[in-house]
Amino acid sequence: MRDTVMDMTPAKVATQDSLLAARDLCFHAGGKRLIDKVSVAIPEGRRTLVMGANGAGKSLLLRLLHGLLPATSGQILWQGAAPDDRARRTQAMVFQRPVMLRRSVLANLNFALSVHGVRGAERAEQAARALDMAGLSDLARHPARVLSGGEQQRLALARALICQPRLLFLDEPTSSLDPASTQRIEDLINAAHGRGVTIVMITHDMGQARRMGDEVIFLHAGQVAESGPIDQVLGHPKSEAARAWTQGRLYTSSTS
Amino acid sequence: MLRRHLFSLAAGAALALGLSGTVQAQDQFIVVQSTTSTQNSGLFDHLLPIFRDRTGIEVRVVAVGTGQAINNAMNGDGDVLFVHAKASEEKFVAEGHGLQRSDVMYNDFILVGPSADPAGIAGTKDIAAALTKIAEVGAPFASRGDDSGTHKAELKLWKEAGVDAAAASGAWYRETGSGMGATLNTGTAMGAYVLTDRATWISFGNKGEHQIAVEGDNRLFNQYGIILVNPEKHANVKAEAGQTFIDWILSTEGQQAIADYKIDGQQLFFPNAEG
Amino acid sequence: MFSFSDIMAEALALILNWDRNLSEIVILSLRVTLTAVLLSCLIGLPLGALVGAFRFPGRALVTVVLNALMGLPPVVVGLFVYLMLSASGPFGPLQLLYTPAAMIIAQTILVTPIVAALTKQVVEDLHGEYAEQFASMGLRAYQRVTALLWDARYSLMTVALAGFGRAVAEVGAVLIVGGNINHVTRVMTTTIALETSKGNLELALALGVLLLVIALLVNAVVMALRASAVRAAYA
Repeated sequence: MRDTVMDMTPAKVATQDSLLAARDLCFHAGGKRLIDKVSVAIPEGRRTLVMGANGAGKSLLLRLLHGLLPATSGQILWQGAAPDDRARRTQAMVFQRPVMLRRSVLANLNFALSVHGVRGAERAEQAARALDMAGLSDLARHPARVLSGGEQQRLALARALICQPRLLFLDEPTSSLDPASTQRIEDLINAAHGRGVTIVMITHDMGQARRMGDEVIFLHAGQVAESGPIDQVLGHPKSEAARAWTQGRLYTSSTS
Repeated sequence: MLRRHLFSLAAGAALALGLSGTVQAQDQFIVVQSTTSTQNSGLFDHLLPIFRDRTGIEVRVVAVGTGQAINNAMNGDGDVLFVHAKASEEKFVAEGHGLQRSDVMYNDFILVGPSADPAGIAGTKDIAAALTKIAEVGAPFASRGDDSGTHKAELKLWKEAGVDAAAASGAWYRETGSGMGATLNTGTAMGAYVLTDRATWISFGNKGEHQIAVEGDNRLFNQYGIILVNPEKHANVKAEAGQTFIDWILSTEGQQAIADYKIDGQQLFFPNAEG
Repeated sequence: MFSFSDIMAEALALILNWDRNLSEIVILSLRVTLTAVLLSCLIGLPLGALVGAFRFPGRALVTVVLNALMGLPPVVVGLFVYLMLSASGPFGPLQLLYTPAAMIIAQTILVTPIVAALTKQVVEDLHGEYAEQFASMGLRAYQRVTALLWDARYSLMTVALAGFGRAVAEVGAVLIVGGNINHVTRVMTTTIALETSKGNLELALALGVLLLVIALLVNAVVMALRASAVRAAYA
């Protein structure tokens, strides 16, 4: 894996070397510019965090990058080209609240595998392995919806990883979990990262950021306030927004 | 997943079974369009087994209102038409929908009414006078109002009595637009006089407080006719089997079978085929 | 007129003196209605799911039409099917008139809108919950439809039962297209109509009670199946 740390000030973004990139991305809704000329580069194999105050546009940005929402203008590039369906299928996302199918834990995993065309004995084997890794083997036949929050999120994560995506998006995966569950989720994410999966994660938690981040993109009012290696941005924030955030202050500015 | 496949299999089997039964073994059968009053009297339940034993032909009776029976026959949805509305039947043949009309049997109409007899006509033998009285007093009268043979006979009688009953529709003259049984149900419930055929009345299970008010007037004569639907108009008509049925009905044996049909010892239909 | 106990006594007598005639009528009723419900589900479930899960121009209109068709008068459907199957009609040569097949066709027309409209609602509500997850997984259209239908299976059982209720209770359609022919197309509801027209009201009511009992049994069986499936999920 190439070391692709670069000086990512908003003006200069090297998009050619990144797995996923956005150029001048805009998203307008209800007369407001919710994402305003955002350019980012997600380096492959690294853990990139997206941070910012509430309403800064973090969830929106993730959804735009993943293709769940159409951008008003701007470009999204996957390995330098426009992403097609096949490219999108190599991405996966875990949402803040896990979306469980009304079936058993095992059936949820089987579903994901079936969608990717894996069947029969191979499907059973992969599902069993994923259950094991997520520590859910005992709950295989339970209806997914009766699991605890932590267990459900582990299942959502296992389901997202089971088809070996190249890039995993996570939208505040542990914000509603207790420390023990949070730990287990972080371990699973790090394990995936260890296998080469690119991670893009939104988090509110400074501690988690320090544990789980390589790069960070700091958003404010729909724009990139600052970005770069995590120690640099959180340790020596240059932008007013990032500075206020690390100091626990509220920072607002008037934007349209 | 196996459970899901089993379910699909079971569903498929059930579907096949459900539809397969609908294609019945092609025993010879004909469809006869007739009226509900004839059906309800039980005459067919008595006659048809005899005919089947004789000829092996199954007769399927579609019993609807006279107008509907004639219409169905015009559409070719029956092989034989067997109703009691002479004028309409003759028109049917004249217009080429049927080959020939033959008299089969007659029964009579009777006027039934509440035992309280508001029009004071119980026991009269003169139907026209009775109807006039009903109109005078404004006693409730339930009419079928459905263009059936019975209804047409009823209208003829009002005309004979010189009464414009239609003008009182909604007042004492109540048009139910229904079959004989339904009209009788309504009539007994609202204490109205009803013109009905004797056969239906005898076998009717909901007489309530009603009894026969007027009978025996020869204007109350109800003639039945049978017609073969014209096979040239509709290729699907089973002309041969249909004619076999007609021939049997008109034969000595068929006519005797009609006469033999009794309820409570009373003969309901009187055979009068020619020859 | 009659007391409730008279009617129940007559209904009990019917059951105790169960004869071949009654069997014929009951079996035909179930055969016609269950087949119609099955066919309606085969058509209505995917149709409802498609309308419920996808946006397309005219969707609102389709929804309004489907909902309105739930109120199709059975006698009108019967008339329509009669005109289609009549010897003078376009499908006359098939010789389906006055057969159970015609009755199945008429009841399928009646029940399909119910299944489709209710399925659409169930799937729409479910889809709101799953939309983002499905988009993230890149599901194709048919994968979405099958996933939603399976996940909604318990609600859809109730939808099917609603269709069953409508079909087993109707008399207008089967009377016209079936002709109420003895031993051929006579079902429970047309028998009730016949006995009523003969003035045998107690018998008609007793048959009505029997019909209700049978409908109850069908519902009970489906619910039992559902409960056992839920229990199996915890095994």
